[in-house]
Amino acid sequence: MSAEIAAPRSQRIDPKYNRANTSRGSFEMVAWLFMRLSGVALVVLIFGHLFTNLMVGGGVKAIDFGFVAGKWADPVWMFWDLAMLWLAMLHGTNGVRTIINDYAEKPATRVWLKGILYVATIVIIILGTLVIFTFDPCIAGNTIPACK
Amino acid sequence: MSKTSSGTLYRGREGMWSWVGHRITGVVIFLFLLVHVLDTSLVRVSPGAYDAVMATYKNPLMALGETALVAAIVFHAFNGLRLILVDFWKQGTKYQRQMLWGVLALWVITMLAFSIRHLSLAFGGH
Repeated sequence: MSAEIAAPRSQRIDPKYNRANTSRGSFEMVAWLFMRLSGVALVVLIFGHLFTNLMVGGGVKAIDFGFVAGKWADPVWMFWDLAMLWLAMLHGTNGVRTIINDYAEKPATRVWLKGILYVATIVIIILGTLVIFTFDPCIAGNTIPACK
Repeated sequence: MSKTSSGTLYRGREGMWSWVGHRITGVVIFLFLLVHVLDTSLVRVSPGAYDAVMATYKNPLMALGETALVAAIVFHAFNGLRLILVDFWKQGTKYQRQMLWGVLALWVITMLAFSIRHLSLAFGGH
């Protein structure tokens, strides 16, 4: 004799236990997928960033205003850094959001912590994006001959 | 405990510690990222302001901090790729422990190479 027992959330028990059709469920699914896709991209972007900035040439000691100006004279590095900024900030924000959801138990605490997180994320993404696109190698204070 | 669930034991074992490590390194990297965007933003203030802040990254103590940060990044990166394999590869859950040892082996090799190069550049006389 065999009794068939439906798997949980297979909609054969009671549709109200199915999580897949709610918008919340689909948001978490997209967030889960985003962590994996952005994660792969970030491995390439950040390893490339660390290699060119710290491993070749003079390493950390060679990083100054001129070094940044040299990199951002090339649109490839501008978009490299832009992609890194957006993906890393969104990946990190979603990670910290998960941690807040796990450990902050009071609803008010969760709202506050996530509010602070989202404000910080928006400010940093907008600031970083503006810096990349409005960068001026001949900003006041730069005394190199090319800026005379 | 039934036979079928013993194969998925994660709690208290290597798998759980890799999860703890992934969370801690993730938070550390995120906090540095916030600071790093702010320090890089000084290129929009003046070359002098940016160079002054970058100078603080060039002292020997900070070189050790940078090595620790890169250690966190490299672990998070390799363990993240392991998590993707656990989720998407059919044999992923079966080999999650072996993959963790692979992550740690690659982490040691990468960090040896990075540390030698970075610390010799940072502690070098010129």
